[in-house]
Amino acid sequence: MIPAPMLLAQNVHKAFGRHEVLKGIDLQVAPGEVTCILGPSGSGKSTFLRCINHLEHTDRGRIYVDGELVGCRLKNGRLHELPDREICQARTKMGMVFQHFNLFPHMTVLDNLIEGPVRVKHEARDGAVERARRLLAQVGLARREDAYPRQLSGGQQQRVAIARALAMEPKLMLFDEPTSALDPELVGDVLAVMQDLARSGMTMVVVTHEIGFARSVAHSVVFIDGGVVVEAGPPAEVLDNPRNERTQAFLSRVPG
Amino acid sequence: MTGDPDQIVPLRHCGRWLSGAVVLVLMGLLIRAFALGEIDWPVVGEFFMAPVLLKGLCNTLLITVLAITMGLVLGVVFAVMRLSSNPVTHAVAGGYIWLFRGTPVYLQLLIWFNLALVFPTVNLGFYQGRMVDVMTPFLAALLGLGINEGAYMTEIVRGGILSVDRGQIEAASSIGMTRIMSMRRIVLPQAMRVVVPTIGNEFIGLLKTSSLASTIAFTELMQRAQLIYFVNAKVIELLLVAAGWYLIVVTAFTLVQIQVERHFGRGHSHEEPPGFLGRMWKNLSMRRKAAAGGVR
Repeated sequence: MIPAPMLLAQNVHKAFGRHEVLKGIDLQVAPGEVTCILGPSGSGKSTFLRCINHLEHTDRGRIYVDGELVGCRLKNGRLHELPDREICQARTKMGMVFQHFNLFPHMTVLDNLIEGPVRVKHEARDGAVERARRLLAQVGLARREDAYPRQLSGGQQQRVAIARALAMEPKLMLFDEPTSALDPELVGDVLAVMQDLARSGMTMVVVTHEIGFARSVAHSVVFIDGGVVVEAGPPAEVLDNPRNERTQAFLSRVPG
Repeated sequence: MTGDPDQIVPLRHCGRWLSGAVVLVLMGLLIRAFALGEIDWPVVGEFFMAPVLLKGLCNTLLITVLAITMGLVLGVVFAVMRLSSNPVTHAVAGGYIWLFRGTPVYLQLLIWFNLALVFPTVNLGFYQGRMVDVMTPFLAALLGLGINEGAYMTEIVRGGILSVDRGQIEAASSIGMTRIMSMRRIVLPQAMRVVVPTIGNEFIGLLKTSSLASTIAFTELMQRAQLIYFVNAKVIELLLVAAGWYLIVVTAFTLVQIQVERHFGRGHSHEEPPGFLGRMWKNLSMRRKAAAGGVR
């Protein structure tokens, strides 16, 4: 029997004013699976990722995470948008890692990690601190808990950001071009942390330009262009034998 | 002369020494003029610690602290309203700024103080009374200064909120924070870092503007000083006493402000520029070091 998908997106539409960014995206990610989303800039891949945790409101379509609708409720056969508080509740099930880290600069690394568990999930501080320390060790930054984000390199900041997302104990992790803002020599550390995370069985959706990472870690690769899924499948098919000419053209321009 | 041949001896700034000396002489002349002028200095000393004046000083401090606090609370509330996507709250906040920033604070003080002309009686349900009893000089001064300050503070806080990166709100949302919580925990603390220097400016401004409340019979420092010199005719002496006290309060407050800025600046530390003495010392010691290197 096929397990229920962790993420199920059906016919997702999104427009900014008159500009249609997403024109009906479908995607399915099974628990423990890693899906990489590739595509040229402006293709809508980041917008789609932000729709998954409802940072962007979708215009049409349904997104289920762990079997629950995100951002809206089905009532009398119609979809109704949820109030802010309930959307926030749903967001605690997924972690998000941003291109520019977006750590809270006025808090230490440790405070960044326990902010969500203590303030949002009302956990006891001691337990949250203990888990935060374990996560910092996991991302290789055990000794930096008292540092402020500005005192860390970009790669270290991004690893803290991953730990911050994990501190909420999410079932699904979303990565929005996590290595695009990093100096080339710092990319490896972040990718290594993500690879470990994938091996530990975390369900991940990664928007990335790192073809090498997609090839070695992803279970499936989705190529998005012009707001639609152009091609999807295992990396060996999509990356090495692309059938669609737009995928072929994109891959020939991207190193890796 | 067997010193390090690579050691660079700093340039001797003769012009700096000369201009510094000229300015010092001019200042000396100015101080001498005042010292020899028709000022009864013993009177200044006598009234400096006079209880009547000290009580006025306390009232000045009290009204300033209360009005700036009220201004800050109003500022945060109206700034959030001004930035909200609700057109009604947005417009109301705009109207508040327009009205209270657009009229002189002196005029506003007079309106509050004379509110009994508009509403002779007060009826709050649980309390009923005559407006003249309710609207004391203290309350009129507090409302006049605080609400006026709030209008300026709204724009200051709004600027601070806008200076915080949008990604911060997104990150706060992504860990499940509601809009109100992310405003309180993430955005406002970072906005404070930007607005604290400006708020310090406002505090100092308000400390002095509070002297306008003397015109509605609020017993603050200036009102007390005037009361005394109307009797003993020592006008300049008492104004100097008041000036001294304003300067002392501003100086003490500046020291507090440095601490507050340090608190909100955490995570943003960078080196403080050296002060007057520090720079003097650095210049002289560099020269001495170079000279010592040359002699060795």
